[in-house]
Amino acid sequence: MIRVQDLTVAYGAVKALVDVTFEARTSAITAVLGANGAGKTTLLRTISGLKSPVAGSITHDGAELTLMKTEDIARMGIAHVPEGRGVIGEFTVEENLRLGALTAKVDAKQSLASQYERFPILGERRRQHADQLSGGERQILSMARALIANPAVLLLDEPSLGLAPLITAQIMATIKELCASENLTVILVEQNASSALRIADHAVVLNVGHVVANDVASVVAEDEKLRQYYLGMVR
Amino acid sequence: MDVFLTSRIASDVLGGLTNGVIYGLVALSLVLVWRSTGILNFAQGAMPMLATYVGMVTFGHYFGYWICVVIAVLVGFLIGAGTERVLVRPLYGKPEINPVVVMVGFLTVLEAVAAAIWSSTPRSLTTPFSPIDFHLSGKPFALSAFSLYQIITAVVVMVAVAVLFRFTNLGLQLRASALAPEVSRLLGVRVNRMLTLGWTLSTGVGTITAILVASNFFTGLTPQVMDGIFAFGFIAAAVGGLDSPVGSIVAGIVMGIILQFVGDYVNSNAIILVALAILIVSLMARPNGVFSPVKTRRV
Repeated sequence: MIRVQDLTVAYGAVKALVDVTFEARTSAITAVLGANGAGKTTLLRTISGLKSPVAGSITHDGAELTLMKTEDIARMGIAHVPEGRGVIGEFTVEENLRLGALTAKVDAKQSLASQYERFPILGERRRQHADQLSGGERQILSMARALIANPAVLLLDEPSLGLAPLITAQIMATIKELCASENLTVILVEQNASSALRIADHAVVLNVGHVVANDVASVVAEDEKLRQYYLGMVR
Repeated sequence: MDVFLTSRIASDVLGGLTNGVIYGLVALSLVLVWRSTGILNFAQGAMPMLATYVGMVTFGHYFGYWICVVIAVLVGFLIGAGTERVLVRPLYGKPEINPVVVMVGFLTVLEAVAAAIWSSTPRSLTTPFSPIDFHLSGKPFALSAFSLYQIITAVVVMVAVAVLFRFTNLGLQLRASALAPEVSRLLGVRVNRMLTLGWTLSTGVGTITAILVASNFFTGLTPQVMDGIFAFGFIAAAVGGLDSPVGSIVAGIVMGIILQFVGDYVNSNAIILVALAILIVSLMARPNGVFSPVKTRRV
């Protein structure tokens, strides 16, 4: 479980997050929603140690993450799939996966085989450079690379960005399935609120760095004011 | 066959190959630092020179050649790691001119320190290999036990670096840290350690090169021993591509052979002019280097 408490993050004088508090539970998907500039990506970057907060705390199973380095947070089992997917284009599919498996406690060959079994397209393209993959395939590769080390927490930043609706639906279904089968704590940052709310258990809505809603996903999905003013969803 | 091996052309090719592998090694050490930290290390000749003095001269009073070689390379590793941690790390993210100024200054300081401690008089290092050319049917051809030692050592170092980068997990982390430091951190790679290791390896490769150069009976060890070699290695790295280890090595070898022919058939004074001409023409045709992949961008 990830617990975020009174988190404030700033870029110089500009506050990107102000007193943000919420919990992301194990075996559940917590969607973080909001418009551009709401602070969603900053939140994930702060959880994974890429950005230091001004105040507040982030804990994972009791450990304070704000005092730790990014690489140590990753080694604790917190996997962050960054916006734009973050695959290394100059590496082959297999090299990208091997890089993800470095911190895994299990045998690398076995981990690779299990990811190829889960995502057969990656097995077929294992010798191809990642920059030759389609957008959807890159998203699958970045998720597989995050999952290969058997993480406890999965932070996903805009996995639907730039993908066709059908591919987005497949990716969302995969996230839902993985969360249940691997007992993952998933924090899903999305601008595509309707897709995210369809699979999320819980939702946090941000507006210019402030939490404006923190509730069960179905309740957020039905709230007309939230839908209209913060999520850009029109019935 | 004997007639061919002792011919002028074969002599130039072999002599050029011996020089070329040295240029290739210098270029490789420059590429190792450039790829990992984006810094052009102008002290890439002087740092190994200092390690060679410590290992081969200071410890040369107590130990034989091979033990001194090991000590020099270990000192080279330490100098590389120390330089990255103390001098280079504060320069990351600063304007590009800052590391250039700092490393040129460091080069000057290192050469002055070496001259103050060991003087500028050339010191000959005793090697187990003879510099006298082999003979075939009573005629000499441009290969000696010493030049074979240079070529074989250079090839072993190049292959070892290639294997490290291509086939090991450490090499994977080194490459990933250079290409995508933030993503690497998110995957648990200790990027700062990898950057230090890049400089460590680079100075280690440079020290082996400096030992090969200074062990030459006709050169000896001086504080400026690597200055000329660095210039040719630098040109080879720029021509081959600062992003391409293989390209820089190939460019070094080809340049060594071309310049040997120039020195033999034209004039030894023309060598540096031709080297600079090669640099200018290749940069005009391929600014990123002959062997660097052509980068495309979406518009």
